[in-house]
Amino acid sequence: MKLTVWTYEGPPHVGAMRIATAMDGLHYVLHAPQGDTYADLLFTMIERRDKRPPVTYTTFQARDLGGDTAELFKTAARDAYERFQPQALLVGASCTAELIQDDPGGLAQGLGLPVPVVPIDLPSYQRKENWGASETFYHLVRGLCAGSAEAVMAAKQAGPREGRPSCNLLGPTALGFRHRDDVREVLSLLDGIGVDVHIVAPMGVTPSDLTRLGEADFNIVLYPEIAEIAARWLERTFKQPYVRTVPIGVNATREFIDEVARVAGIDPVPDVENEVVRLPWYSRSIDSTYLTGKRVFIFGDATHACAAARVAREEFGFEVAGLGTYSREFARDVRALASDYGIEALITDDYLEVERHISDLQPELILGTQMERHIAKRFGIPCAMISAPAHVHDYPARYSPQMGFEGANVIWDTWVHPLMMGLEEHLLGMFREDFEFHDGAAPSHLGKSAEAKEEQASEEVADPPSGPILVWNTEAEKELKKVPFFVRGKARRNTERFAAERGEQTITVETLYDAKAHYSR
Amino acid sequence: MNVLARLKPEQRPGGCDQPEVLRERGQREVFCGLTGIVWLHRKIQDAFFLIVGSRTCAHLMQSAAGVMIFAEPRFATAIIEDRDLAGLADVNEELDRVVTQLLERRPEIKLLFLVGSCPSEVIKLDLSRAAERLSGQFMPDVRVLYYSGSGIETTFTQGEDACLAALVPDLPEASNDTGRSLLVAGALPDIVEDQFRRLFDALGVGPVHFLPPRRSGGLPPVGSDTQYLLAQPFLTDTARALEERGATRIAAPFPFGEKGTTAWLRAAADIWGVDPSRFDDVTRSGRERAIQAVGRYRERLSGKSIFFFPDSQLEVPLARFVNSELAMTLEEVGTPYLHRDHLADDLAELPEGVLLSEGQDVDKQLDRCRAAAPDIVVCGLGLANPLEADGMTTKWSIELMFTPIHGYEQAGDLAELFARPLNRKGRLRV
Repeated sequence: MKLTVWTYEGPPHVGAMRIATAMDGLHYVLHAPQGDTYADLLFTMIERRDKRPPVTYTTFQARDLGGDTAELFKTAARDAYERFQPQALLVGASCTAELIQDDPGGLAQGLGLPVPVVPIDLPSYQRKENWGASETFYHLVRGLCAGSAEAVMAAKQAGPREGRPSCNLLGPTALGFRHRDDVREVLSLLDGIGVDVHIVAPMGVTPSDLTRLGEADFNIVLYPEIAEIAARWLERTFKQPYVRTVPIGVNATREFIDEVARVAGIDPVPDVENEVVRLPWYSRSIDSTYLTGKRVFIFGDATHACAAARVAREEFGFEVAGLGTYSREFARDVRALASDYGIEALITDDYLEVERHISDLQPELILGTQMERHIAKRFGIPCAMISAPAHVHDYPARYSPQMGFEGANVIWDTWVHPLMMGLEEHLLGMFREDFEFHDGAAPSHLGKSAEAKEEQASEEVADPPSGPILVWNTEAEKELKKVPFFVRGKARRNTERFAAERGEQTITVETLYDAKAHYSR
Repeated sequence: MNVLARLKPEQRPGGCDQPEVLRERGQREVFCGLTGIVWLHRKIQDAFFLIVGSRTCAHLMQSAAGVMIFAEPRFATAIIEDRDLAGLADVNEELDRVVTQLLERRPEIKLLFLVGSCPSEVIKLDLSRAAERLSGQFMPDVRVLYYSGSGIETTFTQGEDACLAALVPDLPEASNDTGRSLLVAGALPDIVEDQFRRLFDALGVGPVHFLPPRRSGGLPPVGSDTQYLLAQPFLTDTARALEERGATRIAAPFPFGEKGTTAWLRAAADIWGVDPSRFDDVTRSGRERAIQAVGRYRERLSGKSIFFFPDSQLEVPLARFVNSELAMTLEEVGTPYLHRDHLADDLAELPEGVLLSEGQDVDKQLDRCRAAAPDIVVCGLGLANPLEADGMTTKWSIELMFTPIHGYEQAGDLAELFARPLNRKGRLRV
C-alpha cells in the first residue's frame, strides 16, 4: 500500500484509452464500475476533444456482483458493436473488474462478432498509464498485422518498390504532450529530406490502416514509452529497422536526420535547417550570458527528461543539477545519462519525494510536469513544462511542437520565458530595498508579483542541526536577506554547512562571505 | 405536506404528484462518490480524507475537478498494490503504517475519514473495523471514521451522504432541557450558511446547527427535540441516520430561488410558530432582491427548453426552479436517483407530463437529447464538449455543485449559470 497525494500516471486502462481515442474505427469495451467514466473528461476537457472517447463502460454496481457481471459485459459489448460498428473491438478490464475476473477477452470472443476482437490484460495493481498504452498498441499492431505478414514479406522480396523510401511514425497518442504538433513537424522534416511517411500510428489511423504497417521500409519511434515494443515486433516480423533518436533539441534533430538518412539509404541529405532554427544564435547572443550555469532540475517521462537534460546542457549552457523520471520502465536510460553528467538520477513516482529533492537542490529553474510546476509555485522557483502529465493550458491553440527545429525554437522561448532577464537580475541585486526591484519581485514581463515562498522553502531545507546549534547574529541575518530570494535558501544552507564543518557556532557576516567564497562556482 | 402548494395555491398544477419515471440501466456517465471529497475537504477544515483504493481513484481525484490547485490537499489515496492483493503484505498492517505516516506528516488533522472505493469493497476490506482500531490508537487526538465512496455503491453526491451519515452516530446527544433545535443538513458554502443563520436568528428559529460543521470539534448535537431541514436533496442515508437518533425531518422543497428559499424557511418557521407577519418582515428584503435578480435573467430564459442529464440529484429541485421561476420548459429531467419523499414538494411543482428519468443509459439518452434539440443541456464534463461540437449549448453540471446557489442572495447567480452559456453563444462570432 502506498500513500499517494498526486500521481504522475493514471492506471493502465487510461493508457489503452489514449490509444483507442487517438484512432478511428476502433471501440474499447471496458469492464468497469460507474465513476471510471471520469476518464472521458481527460480527453474532452483537458485535451478539448470534440468527440467522446470511443469507450463503452459496462457500469456494474454492487448489486450485480452477486449476479452475472459477465452477462452485463456481453450485453455491453454486443450493444457497442451494433451502435458504433467499429472495424475492431478492444476489450479489457479496469482495476475493479480485474478483481472479479470475468475474462472480458474470452467473453467477447465468444460473441462471434464479425470484426477482430483484441483483448488486453492490463494489471492495474502493478502497472501504469504509459505501460498500458504501450501494451495496447503492441497488441493491436500484432493482432492486426500478423495475418498479413506472409503476403507483405512476399511482396517485399519480389523486388524493391519504386520512389522515395517510406517509413511509419509510431507513438503519437491522444492526450500526449504536444504529440499533434510533433507529428506535423516531423512530417515536414521527413518530407524535406525525401522520405515518405506511410502511416502515422496510432494517431488518426483505423484498424485497417494498421494492417498495412509492414509495407513501409522502416519505422520511426517518436515516443519510446508508447511504441518501442511494437517497433521491436515489427522489426522482427517485417525486417523493418527503426530509428531510435528522438528529435528534441537542435543536436538531437541533426542526429535524427542522420540516422533516418542512414536507415533510408539517402545520400546526400538535403539541408533543411537554414533559416528555420534560431535556438543556436539566440543562445550565442550575448544577452543570454545570464543563462550560463543556471542550475536546473529536470523531471518528466524518460524521453522528455533525457532530451531536456541534453538541451539544457549543450544548447542553453545550463548546469543540470538534478534529473529524474517517473518512467520506471526506462529508468536505465535516465540513470546512464545522469551518471554521464555526474549526478544521481531520481527514479520515483512519488510526488513528495520529488518535492524533497527539489527543496534540497534549490535549483534556479525547474523543467518538469504539472506536478513540478506546482512544487515550483510553492517554492517560488521559475518553471517550464517539458512533459506529461499536463493540464488544459498545456494544450495550446498555436503550433508549438517540441520536436524538430521549430520545436527547438519553441523550447528556447518556453524555458527562457519564466526567468528574470539578465540586467533585471542585476538591478534586483543592486537596489535591494527599491520599491520596484524589491526582494519578491517577479520578472517584469510576467505581470503580477509571484509570491516568494523562500522562507518556507529555506526552513524546510535547513538540515536539523546535528551537533552544536548554529546561531545567526543579527548582522548576518540582515545580510542574508540581501541575497536574492531564489538563491537565499542555498546560501543559508551552504553557510551553515560551512560553519558547522569549521565548528563555528555563531554565523557572522564574515562567515557568510567566507562560505560564499568557498562555494562560489 | 406540500409547502409550496400551501404558499401559492393558485400556482398549483393539476395532479402531477406521481409523474411517470423512465428507469434506465446502462452506461452511466457520472462520477463516483469519491468526488464529494473535492468539496468536503474544504468544508471541514481539520478533516482528512484517505481513500483506500487504486491508482484509478487517485487519478480520478486529481483529474475530476482541477483540484491540482491545492498545494497540499487534505485528501490522499492509499493505493492498493499487487502485494496487498496477493497476501504478501497484511493489508491492515499496511493501512496502519500509511495512516501513521500520514498523521505524522499532518499533525493538525483531527478527523480522519477512511474512504472505501470499488477495489476495497470488492476485496471486502473491512475499513469500518480498521477505523475503530485506528480510532482506539489515535484518540483523543484524531477520530477515525469510515464511509464508502465507491462507484459500485454511490453516485457523485451520494459520497457526501455517506460521509455525513458516518458522522451522525458520533454527534453528541442533545440535552433534553434545551428544548427544540434546528439542524440544517448538507454541506453549504460558509457564506450561505451565514446568510441562513442570520435569517433563522431574525425569525427566532433556533438554536441552529449545521451538518457538516466547519471544524470537527463543532459536531452539532442531535436528539428527539431536533428538527432537521435538508439543504441538499441527496441525503437519503443521512436522513435515516438522523431519524434513528430521534430527529424529525421538516418537509420542504429545496432552497433554490425565491420560491424555494421562502418555502424552505417557512417550513421551519411554521414548526417554531413564527407569526406570518414577522416571517414576511424578516424575509421581505431577501425575497425582493431574489425576485429582482432572477427577473433579469427570466426575460432571457423564458420559453427556452432545457435538458438535464443525471449528475448530482439536484436536478429535480433545479428543474423546479428553472421552470417555475425562470419559465423555462423541461425536455427531460434526469437524475441518478429519485427520492420521492424528500423531493415530494419539488416534484409536485413540476409541470404535468414532464419526462423524468432515473439512472442512465448514456447513449440512449444522448439520442433523446439530440432528438429533443433543447436550447440548453445540463451535463457532465465528459459530455459537454462533444455536445457543443454538435451545436448544442451546454452547462457543466459540476459547476452547480461548486458554486454557492442556495438561498435568496444566490438566486440571481443560479439563474445566471443557466443564462451564461446562451449569452456566450450570442456573443461569439467565430
